[in-house]
Amino acid sequence: MPGFFDALSYEFMRNAVFAGLLAAVLCGVVGPFVVVKRLAFLSDGLSHAAFGGMGVCFYLHLDPLLGAMAVALLCAVGLGLVDTETIRSYDALIGVFWAVGLAVGIVFVYKTPGYAPNLMTYLFGNILLVSRHEIGVLLVLAVSVFLILGLFWKGIVAVAFDEVFARVQGVPVRLLMTLLLTMIALTVVLLIQVVGIILVVALLTIPPLIGLMLRSDLRGVLALSTAIGVAITLGGLGLSYACDLPSGPAIILLGAFLLFAVYAGRKLRGGALRSLPALRRE
Amino acid sequence: MIETIDRADRPLIEARRITFGYGAEMVLEDVTLTIEPRDFLAIIGPNGGGKTTLVKILLGLLRPWSGEVVWNRPVRPGRMGYVPQFSTFDKGFPLRVSDVVLMGRMSRRNLLRPYSRQDRAAVAAVLERLGLTALADEHVREISGGQLQRVLIARAVVADPEVLFLDEPTASIDAESRGALTGLLEELNRRIPVVVITHDVTGLAPLVRRIACVNRRLVCHEGSELDAHTLEEAYGGPVELITHGAVPGVAQRILHRH
Repeated sequence: MPGFFDALSYEFMRNAVFAGLLAAVLCGVVGPFVVVKRLAFLSDGLSHAAFGGMGVCFYLHLDPLLGAMAVALLCAVGLGLVDTETIRSYDALIGVFWAVGLAVGIVFVYKTPGYAPNLMTYLFGNILLVSRHEIGVLLVLAVSVFLILGLFWKGIVAVAFDEVFARVQGVPVRLLMTLLLTMIALTVVLLIQVVGIILVVALLTIPPLIGLMLRSDLRGVLALSTAIGVAITLGGLGLSYACDLPSGPAIILLGAFLLFAVYAGRKLRGGALRSLPALRRE
Repeated sequence: MIETIDRADRPLIEARRITFGYGAEMVLEDVTLTIEPRDFLAIIGPNGGGKTTLVKILLGLLRPWSGEVVWNRPVRPGRMGYVPQFSTFDKGFPLRVSDVVLMGRMSRRNLLRPYSRQDRAAVAAVLERLGLTALADEHVREISGGQLQRVLIARAVVADPEVLFLDEPTASIDAESRGALTGLLEELNRRIPVVVITHDVTGLAPLVRRIACVNRRLVCHEGSELDAHTLEEAYGGPVELITHGAVPGVAQRILHRH
């Protein structure tokens, strides 16, 4: 694909590749936790809740990214600390954040004098329009996520797997759960601004699902889903350049094809998808 | 092998006048219970009677509405063995058998340290003991219910616990594994108290020193002689009854049928 490498001489294309790789790595590492903990709805809820913070920032003439990050942190801490005995359903609570955030955002944008930006455009970031500043922010996030996961790996895995047992072992369950939710929330909110919600949801779910089908240890799942995310991102961008396709959809459709192929391969070999967590509801 | 409970020792755990419920529904009412240092306590009672809830309160996982739980000797976190009933986690989670058992070695103190060689050696030893060595690299979703139950028992005992709680440990275990489990529990009980929720007192009969019968209230307990009447009140049907005679530790089996 020599054309694709020629294209890398354009800065926007290099930035797109960097942003895509960072997004793939972040989603590859965080996504398996989203899938096994059934938090896919979290990404959708947070993306809309983030409007609240962005609206406030518009009103105060601050960088909307700050508002989005503040909301992500607030929601993660709220979800992590809330008493699960009293609030029965995470999903419902995320729904509340979704609506309240959006409402706050609309109120503040309405009250902002003069030019009213259309906040909805933030949902559909474009990977070809990524700035260096945004890549810097993503890089800091990626490094932080790796440091936190490396440091707290044992505890985070234990809490994600079996909260009750972790509590008996004296592990600070709420703290670690909050940490995990914070990483997920920041990843979602920042990536949405950069590559758009559709690509974020795709990268958070498709590569981890493939990883979960092919590997049986968490480290392996994380590694494989990262690799798959990188592969479909690069492949999709190449495809997009070669065939003149929109870049995000090219990445997503390539991923979906791969997911289907792996699924079909497992099925045909009689391989068991016996209890893929995301597909099973009991 | 009979050991008497050292009466001079204070109980390890004292639960005093525990009342607890979920929402507005009371599940436990005024339950007082002690766990002695060398206890082997079987908690029996009908489903929904509050057995699991009581154990969770003893472990500090639930806070009672009223009453208190006192641990007379502080047991370090990570040294309380707990074998929950199956459903506390998602079997689809990508972990191998050995990964799950390794988690038993984790505690607040070593949270930031990677698992050590000693941790892995302890896991290998306990897997061997419970006949799970061949399954060490299997995914937890690929193994049978009985095997998973043994894995959870391995996880609970791998850190050399100072007290062990088991919630229905024999529910789906085959006869052979049951033998291995009984042997392990007997050995552990020489040093530490063991609390077992079970419907199968018969299987553990040689080990059980005391029986607590929980059906919202603690229907019968040490001191109050177990008789068929109280048990039937608890279960609402004829039951098999095990009790101690005058000599502590000597279990007699009395079968009562109408």
